[in-house]
Amino acid sequence: MENEKILVLIPAYNEELSLGKVLGDIKKNAGDIDILVVNDGSIDQTEEVAKKAGVKVISHPFNLGYGAALQTGYIYSHQKNYDIIVQIDADGQHDTIHIKDFIHTLRNEDVDVAIGSRYLKNNGYKTPVMRKIGMMIFGNIASFITGQKITDPTSGFQALKKNVVHFFTQDLYPPDYPDTDMLILLHLAGFRLKEIPVKMYAAHMKKSMHRGHKIIYYIFKMFLSIVVTLMRKNPSKDNKE
Amino acid sequence: MGRLGIITVCLSVILFAYVFELVRRRHLNEEYSFGWMVAAVFIFFLSLWRDLLEKITYMIGGTNYPSTIFFFGFIFLIIINLHFSIRISALTKQVRRLTQKLSILVSDLEEKEKE
Repeated sequence: MENEKILVLIPAYNEELSLGKVLGDIKKNAGDIDILVVNDGSIDQTEEVAKKAGVKVISHPFNLGYGAALQTGYIYSHQKNYDIIVQIDADGQHDTIHIKDFIHTLRNEDVDVAIGSRYLKNNGYKTPVMRKIGMMIFGNIASFITGQKITDPTSGFQALKKNVVHFFTQDLYPPDYPDTDMLILLHLAGFRLKEIPVKMYAAHMKKSMHRGHKIIYYIFKMFLSIVVTLMRKNPSKDNKE
Repeated sequence: MGRLGIITVCLSVILFAYVFELVRRRHLNEEYSFGWMVAAVFIFFLSLWRDLLEKITYMIGGTNYPSTIFFFGFIFLIIINLHFSIRISALTKQVRRLTQKLSILVSDLEEKEKE
């Protein structure tokens, strides 16, 4: 299956300072691979940086949020019939050297979604205390429900097969913070998940969506979303809404 | 009718007329005018029909009539706010969908124009 269509999906919001390096690293580490930048209504030069690098750019006219930007990429990928999507953040947090690991995992193992975990191996990633607590709570909830160890439920460094991408083009995708609830949704729909070890760096330029006042909404949303996801009728892999 | 009754009658008439005018000027859809007009009519009759107000106050265990009107006004505001939250959620989803599809179309169009 070496002739599969593979897309690297990068949601980007005001990432002009880091995006160029991320794109360069992807080309260096993953070779000739299709790249899509979803510019989520940036007010800086993000769009220009991506276009200058010669990659496909889809720009939202205004900011819709991280999950919605990813979903735009899923819709595009579904339309263009890509077999595998590797999604990576534009802030330089994710080490692009692992793109090949993701592709290898999806190609050779019985897995639909590969999740990059910064905690499977000690890579020296320093986690703030509050985040560590949140990770522990939501990681344990995800592990309990999915029946497999989930160490990094907030990781955005993931690879998906086309059936998962199609699943996520529908309205059941949680568009604001797709984290633990998304993993549970995938499990309930019958998709197979696997964490793989990756190296991540602290995002120094980007404001994390798990920080500040947003963390209160994040915790509320995640608990509510998990409960209602569990109470809904289990979604089917080929759910047609 | 006491002074408060006169005020609530006047307010209900003004509310009804204002909502009607908003619909006439197409500033408000008929769909959204319904709740407001029903509320205005309800307040109007409750203010005029003292016996009905007394009966309702007795039924709900109220102690005075104005508090009955405010009680129903409060319930109405909760219902209408919840209704709007539901509508906003649906509209947010629709706007997101439209924006995503439009962004992809624009990107494809720009690519074709370049070729």
